[in-house]
Amino acid sequence: MIAVLKQKKIAALAILFALAFPLLIPNNYYLHMMTLSFIWMIAVYGLNLLAGYTGYLSLAHAGFFAIGAYTLAILTVKAGLNFWLAFFLSCVISSFIGFLVGLVALRTKEHFFAIYTLCVGYIIYLVIDKWDNLTGGVRGFIGIPSPANIGPISFQTPVSQYYLVLFFLLLVVFVMYRIVYSLTGRTYIAIRNSEELALTIGISTMKDKLVSFVLSIFFTSLAGALYASFIRFLGPDIGYISVMFDLLIFLLVGGIGTMSGPVVGTLLMTSISQQLQFLQDYRMLIFGPILTLLVIFYPRGVVGGVIHWKTKRTENNRDSRVGKISSHSSNEKQVKEG
Amino acid sequence: MLLETKNLTKRFGGLIAVNNVNFSIERGKINAIIGPNGAGKSTFFNLISGFHKPTAGQIIFKGEDITHLPANKRAKLGIARTFQTTHLFEQSTVLDNVIIGHRLRTSSTLFDAIFRTKRLKREEAQCKEKAMEVLEFVGLTDAAHKIVANISQEEKKRAAFALALATDPEVILLDEPAAGVNPDETEGLEELIVKMAEYGITVCLIEHKMQMIMKIAHKIMVLNYGEKIAEGTPEEIKNNEIVIQAYLGGSAIA
Repeated sequence: MIAVLKQKKIAALAILFALAFPLLIPNNYYLHMMTLSFIWMIAVYGLNLLAGYTGYLSLAHAGFFAIGAYTLAILTVKAGLNFWLAFFLSCVISSFIGFLVGLVALRTKEHFFAIYTLCVGYIIYLVIDKWDNLTGGVRGFIGIPSPANIGPISFQTPVSQYYLVLFFLLLVVFVMYRIVYSLTGRTYIAIRNSEELALTIGISTMKDKLVSFVLSIFFTSLAGALYASFIRFLGPDIGYISVMFDLLIFLLVGGIGTMSGPVVGTLLMTSISQQLQFLQDYRMLIFGPILTLLVIFYPRGVVGGVIHWKTKRTENNRDSRVGKISSHSSNEKQVKEG
Repeated sequence: MLLETKNLTKRFGGLIAVNNVNFSIERGKINAIIGPNGAGKSTFFNLISGFHKPTAGQIIFKGEDITHLPANKRAKLGIARTFQTTHLFEQSTVLDNVIIGHRLRTSSTLFDAIFRTKRLKREEAQCKEKAMEVLEFVGLTDAAHKIVANISQEEKKRAAFALALATDPEVILLDEPAAGVNPDETEGLEELIVKMAEYGITVCLIEHKMQMIMKIAHKIMVLNYGEKIAEGTPEEIKNNEIVIQAYLGGSAIA
């Protein structure tokens, strides 16, 4: 109970900090970086729902991020649709494509699923790259409008865009929180834990996997649509494998299958890679070993490591409380640990 | 008769794992399946619970043909099972593991989850209540909030039983429930299985521990090379010549 209250406090503090950030650091560059990180976080949350909670590691999410982004671009610039309608439609269209892919992809498991989705992601990239008429191909897509006004609120300034993206991030986190701590979330975790066992306790795994897959893609394409309207330029590279692995690294570093992992991982990795900018591509020489060590020693990332450490500590506390009654055994234990 | 197989056959390529087996699980009784390693016992279970599609034959549950029903739908009809290895989620508490067992009797969706509707709250309470009820039944109330990784093998078995019981089954299939458990603990599990049957849940189990089977089973089927070689009460099986030859190595039961 105390732990839950503590978590809520930390979350409230983080939200307060995020709300006050533009006032605390009135620097457009940092604001830009922060907004971009928030967009990545939304995509990573999408990936987390599927890979972290349902146990299906998709490598097609960068592709769906790109579909979300390009659909918004095409619908606003080429079809001349109202921005918010296009925004909504781009998420829906991307999710629908995801639904079709999921019908096939979810018949495979584990590394086969990863390889299959990797191929899907690459095909999406190729389609964007080669379909010149629609996407502008390698030249890219320019002139995407920034978000349209909602009533009196306009989103032309960096600060207002920051708050818009923050709003969507908080919404996604809220929805994720509700899902994970519900019967639906428990169902996903049961599938991740053992699909066979899930079947025997009457869970129609295919249906639940598909819902999780589509929702995960919805979040990721939402991030893509936000990206398009924020950067206002798109190249086929945003659907490339390297973006996929960025998302994956953010998730792994933060903590796969944890609620705050995407935030922690994305902030950590984007700030570190900012600091190491002078090394250019040699950054990877530093990232590689760190990542390997992290995956070996903290398979559930920074957040997972903290959770593990905390549960161990509370268990030890409980042991020592029991130990007061039978101090003999706890002494022995302390000696061993010491 | 609760569940019945008719000429059930399963072929894996050239290997006939289960050959033409006619078997019935009697309502409210403890039905046992025994046989040497590789006799097709687990395959038989997988056929009944819906993990394998039979090559030929039929499975009838309460008069209804369920041969082509997927595993999750069979669970909804009231067929539960456990595995040789428990498959529990080690990092989570016993209670959290068992709560999901009642999910199939609930209907809340993603929509309910996002908007935290009354239905979700009611069903979450219902699942939790059910989980506590079955944990009490298997004698794990005190361990409900322990992390699964920290409980004993026997407690894990009990937790797996609880998970299966949380689905409100009519028949429960136990695949080697006492494997990897010491003799004292085996007795405890025996009592629990008898308790389930007394409670009105039909039990069907695979087990290698002969003493246990002879003590608690009402009816035994013996499989050898995928074929049923005998069926009857423990007394009949003990004195059956073919069984003694095939399975017990020619001597009396230890």
